[in-house]
Amino acid sequence: MPPIPEPQLDDLYRELILDHYRNPRNRRALDDPKLVGEGYNPLCGDEIEVHVRLEGGVVSDIGFTGRGCSISQASGSMMTEALKGKSLADVRSLIAAFTRMMTDPDDSAPPAELGDLEALQGVAKYPVRVKCATLAWHALEEGLRQGGK
Amino acid sequence: MFDVEAVRGDFPILQRTVHGKPLVYLDNAATTQKPVAVIDALVEYYEHYNANIHRGLHTLAEEATARYEETRAKVAGFVNAPATEEIIFTRNATESINLVAHAWGRKYLRRGDEIVLTVMEHHSNLIPWQLLAREVGAVLRFVDIDDEGRLLRDDWERLIGAKTKLVAVTHMSNVLGTINPVKEIAALAHQRGALVLVDAAQSVPHLPVDVQELDCDFLAFSGHKMLGPTGVGVLYARRGVLEGMDPFLGGGEMISKVTLEESTWNELPWKYEAGTPNIADVVAFGAAIDYLRGLGMESVRGHEVDLAGYALEVLGRIPELVIYGPREAAGRGGVIAFNLGDLHPHDVGTVLDSYGIAIRAGHHCAQPLMRRLGVVATGRASFYVYNRRQEIDALAEGLREVRRFFGRATHS
Repeated sequence: MPPIPEPQLDDLYRELILDHYRNPRNRRALDDPKLVGEGYNPLCGDEIEVHVRLEGGVVSDIGFTGRGCSISQASGSMMTEALKGKSLADVRSLIAAFTRMMTDPDDSAPPAELGDLEALQGVAKYPVRVKCATLAWHALEEGLRQGGK
Repeated sequence: MFDVEAVRGDFPILQRTVHGKPLVYLDNAATTQKPVAVIDALVEYYEHYNANIHRGLHTLAEEATARYEETRAKVAGFVNAPATEEIIFTRNATESINLVAHAWGRKYLRRGDEIVLTVMEHHSNLIPWQLLAREVGAVLRFVDIDDEGRLLRDDWERLIGAKTKLVAVTHMSNVLGTINPVKEIAALAHQRGALVLVDAAQSVPHLPVDVQELDCDFLAFSGHKMLGPTGVGVLYARRGVLEGMDPFLGGGEMISKVTLEESTWNELPWKYEAGTPNIADVVAFGAAIDYLRGLGMESVRGHEVDLAGYALEVLGRIPELVIYGPREAAGRGGVIAFNLGDLHPHDVGTVLDSYGIAIRAGHHCAQPLMRRLGVVATGRASFYVYNRRQEIDALAEGLREVRRFFGRATHS
């Protein structure tokens, strides 16, 4: 059998994604979280829980737990890295920008604020995997809603 | 001898490539591909005798009615139903089971009555009973499985009791491939005064099924899992049971005499077929049955036992690959659920797809079974008449590539 068609799969599984999958950052529950949100993907049964601690309206710590595929785990890991130290307004803006990147595959230039998260852009071309990439983000949104803020 | 190459020639879709590779279609438990005879039957219907059935006085209506009813007779013969009017057409196996839950369950079940199911049921043979149980106050009991995914005999012998009104069990698991001893279960259920529903969505397409031999009261399956078009389901039900049931859906076709205040019902089976049915797809389903009869269901089963045995052997050599369900091909169908190390089945499925290999990845509409197996999801390869041993080799090679692909990340 010929080797894996690299360009195509590599578009989805960028090295950065595989790295976060193998070595997830902030993969832990927080002791005293201000916000807790759960995300569930009925398609595959994957679950993610996001914990956020706030200090002075700024994300002072954030962690996630749960199980899922490489995309959902990497997205959760990258999300926690991107959000640490951000204000709630920045968090909301990042959620919006990430969601736009995932749901509009023609949006060729993701905004700079997404930083490393841009690596997940290739997922938008795999419609069934978009829900994997947005799982942690939906959990975060759920936490924000529950937090009433 | 089963001539798989000749069979493949009858399926136009097998000519196509996916991502530049020949299609290796191993998702047959979800739906099967269609032979040219079925596709032609659809076209022929629309080009030559499209008409509404049972009411028209013109030639086209008569032809369409004749072909629609001809399929009913073919289905009855295929599962050896004693009478043609015991075959009811629905949209799919799910609707067939819902029909029983509504038309039989709501009429006969009372608070405290028990329905015995198993932990391996597809959601289609679980949710209708949950809804019914909630409505009438019935109780659901569940037969557990052993380590190889076989029903625990002690469990069903114990659970089927005086309070049991219905035993609803899958003939063949869509995840584990387990073929359940439905005939024995039915015998015990009848002894204890319960009726038996068999979810045959995975068995009728793959092995000879005889409703009189099984001695079941209801049997549900879907046409699209056996070479037919989507949108056609079948419910076989014993005549005496059907006669004692209320209608399912109300409307045209299912009535006899209608006044503004009340109505009487049409004869069997039309009492349970309200509205214009899926005429074209039912007609083409007849061509699918002809095709399977041409192959012979014993031969189909033999071919799949060969493929399942080969797959168990070849896949069993892949390190870290866990296979669920019975280890012997003789006791199972051509459905192999697996997990590869701690890799998520969605990742496995995506990489296999890049090789043109189509498998299913997920919970397979059997979330309670996933929980029972202690997994979130699995991959699943499922075979049919056009699959070859070399496609199982391709799957094995693909799985090795998946391991290499994700293994790379740890070393880079």
